[in-house]
Amino acid sequence: MSTLKQLASKFFGHDPVFARRTAGGIQPLPFKEHSLRSRIMSTPIPPQLTIPIGTEGSGEITRLVDIGEQVLKYQKLAIMSLSAKGRSGVPVHAPTSGVITSIENSIVADHSQQQQLCINLTVDGHDEALQLEPHTDYSKLSSTDLVSLIRDAGVIGMGGAGFPTADKLSGYGKPAIEFLIINAAECEPYITADEALLRERADSVVLGAEILQRACAAQRCIIAIEDTKPDAIAAIKQSLQNEANYEQRCELVLVPSKYPAGSERQLIQCVTGIEIATGQHPTEQGIVMHNVGTAYAAYEAIVEGKPCISRFTTLCGQALKTPKNFEVLIGTAAHFLFELCGIDAGRKQRSIVGGSLMGVELDSDKAATCKTTNCLIAASANELQAPAAEQACIRCGFCADACPSKLLPQQLFAFSKTLDTTQLLEHGLLDCIECGACDYVCPSQLPLVSTYKESKKFIETRRQSLEYSDYWQQRFQFRQYRVKKEKDQALSRKLDAPVQSMQAAEQPPKAQNDEAGFISKEQASKDIAAAVARVKFRRNEKNK
Amino acid sequence: MLPLISHWLTQLVIGTSLLLIIAFALLKINRYLRQQLTAQRSLVNRINRALPQTQCGQCGHPGCLPYARSISLGEASNKCPPGGQETILELAELLNEPVRGLDPAHGQFRDFSVAVIREDECIGCTKCIQACPVDAILGGPKLMHTIITSECTGCDLCVEPCPVDCIDMINHLAPAISHTTPPYFDLRCSLGMNT
Repeated sequence: MSTLKQLASKFFGHDPVFARRTAGGIQPLPFKEHSLRSRIMSTPIPPQLTIPIGTEGSGEITRLVDIGEQVLKYQKLAIMSLSAKGRSGVPVHAPTSGVITSIENSIVADHSQQQQLCINLTVDGHDEALQLEPHTDYSKLSSTDLVSLIRDAGVIGMGGAGFPTADKLSGYGKPAIEFLIINAAECEPYITADEALLRERADSVVLGAEILQRACAAQRCIIAIEDTKPDAIAAIKQSLQNEANYEQRCELVLVPSKYPAGSERQLIQCVTGIEIATGQHPTEQGIVMHNVGTAYAAYEAIVEGKPCISRFTTLCGQALKTPKNFEVLIGTAAHFLFELCGIDAGRKQRSIVGGSLMGVELDSDKAATCKTTNCLIAASANELQAPAAEQACIRCGFCADACPSKLLPQQLFAFSKTLDTTQLLEHGLLDCIECGACDYVCPSQLPLVSTYKESKKFIETRRQSLEYSDYWQQRFQFRQYRVKKEKDQALSRKLDAPVQSMQAAEQPPKAQNDEAGFISKEQASKDIAAAVARVKFRRNEKNK
Repeated sequence: MLPLISHWLTQLVIGTSLLLIIAFALLKINRYLRQQLTAQRSLVNRINRALPQTQCGQCGHPGCLPYARSISLGEASNKCPPGGQETILELAELLNEPVRGLDPAHGQFRDFSVAVIREDECIGCTKCIQACPVDAILGGPKLMHTIITSECTGCDLCVEPCPVDCIDMINHLAPAISHTTPPYFDLRCSLGMNT
């Protein structure tokens, strides 16, 4: 019956939820089968953890522990807050027990390629933990309670952006949330962390989705997954059937498999048909999107009461003998994980964090995993080769066909070369999601995305310096106004002075009264003379 | 009688049409003048917006707006060192002129820096406070002064009047502003492109 209903609504256009074709996109080889051969495994506890607590300068970091302190598993180490937002921060917890040895800047396996402030934890191996507070019956908790519990557990977006989940949930509050979309469209080659998670722990993910739905009071919850993942789809269907009451609200939508189907705006358009305008936030249209990993972390945070101390990370690449998915403690070094997968050091050419299209190269294998590290690739020499020499654009237009944001990459490239800001903005540079589809199809190997990134940075600097100059101009004008006002006042005082003295002369002189605090001139001179005499007397005495 | 009436009528018609023509011409002239004025004003505004607003006076004018007015009346636009190459390019584009290098008589490019007072040495003379164009210095007579870093434009004007030389210009990694030249500018300069 329900399928009939669905079909009817699909054809008569009552229900907006079904997978549409979206613009652009590419279909690269997935390379996913290797890491999906084995089950998710948890790692042994590494001897040393480097736990990132935030970038210096980007926000306020409150440290809760000192160097040399003994910490327990699940203990709060620091709170990171984005000062600009004015919201309470997201804590970072200790993944295991041990002693804090140092706090310093180090490399993190992250897309930002920036050093982050990290807490170095020397593990003692006892794994002593704090008592957890599970909330198995979460239906009794209000949405604000759920949000504060999720915030307290340090859950951030596991998809890659790392935006605090609690902030996204408690949101902007303006319109009511209609759709909560759980993003399981893991479209980038190599990455299988979300697929493996769904395959093995679909029940928890569905419960996590329900928790998120309660927390943001969404009317409908949609799990969007690519149609090329049969195991994961079967697992979700199974667990949706188990949750008998829940099936009415949580729906499964299969989206066509192409890259970048899992990008926020593209997936929203694919599932609901709503296009998000430039600079607009999806919540303004009543849509909020969370990653599968985030849903699982929310489940752990509420039902098990466990803070976010681990995440699922794919390890793959031709240099690894047994690629697989790990449940990694936050702060584990990349080389530790590579060794667990049997790395062939001779074959490894470079290590990459993220997938093959949006990933960035790691400077060193000592880089620590953080809450947004979804994939680590140990690439061999003939895998993911650096692009060949750049050639001239032949205006083939492949990039325009591939662009999921319907932009004109070749035009943008030309304007980037001359830094023509107005044209760049008119051609929608800010809508570029930097997915790399244009790079992939370009027959001339033009470095398109990296050029766009540079121009975006340039535009941002330009905007900021304009902001500054406006402010300085205001200050300068205010000073001129102030100086002029002060001059005028001084002048008017000068002009008024003779009038005042005349007025004073006309008025009868005030009665001089010692009791009221006035001292007559004679009295004053007497006092001064007395004081001088006293001082002279004292000096004479001293000299004697 | 009839010729008289026709004479009056002709006069009336000619008079009215003359009046109309004059009124029309006046309207046109008014509009033209206004357009000229607004064009001039908007040009000054646009030039002013391209200038960095440090109010440093290195161009020889007391502030950025006077220099913008002067540029709009034909002065050379390459006298602004704090704006860097970007400002020169932007002004050249705005005025449809060929890109020229910075006029060396007015200083050199340098990175953004802010003034910092060595507070132990400050004698509290208030001379720097009077020199600061944006009121970024805090202090009173015979009391120590200090500079509010976030307000400082890096204009250098406070350094010279200080009688004890206790003000340093320090390279500041401002959160936003860096006047370094991005890579593609070289290309643009060498081609002499204005668009």
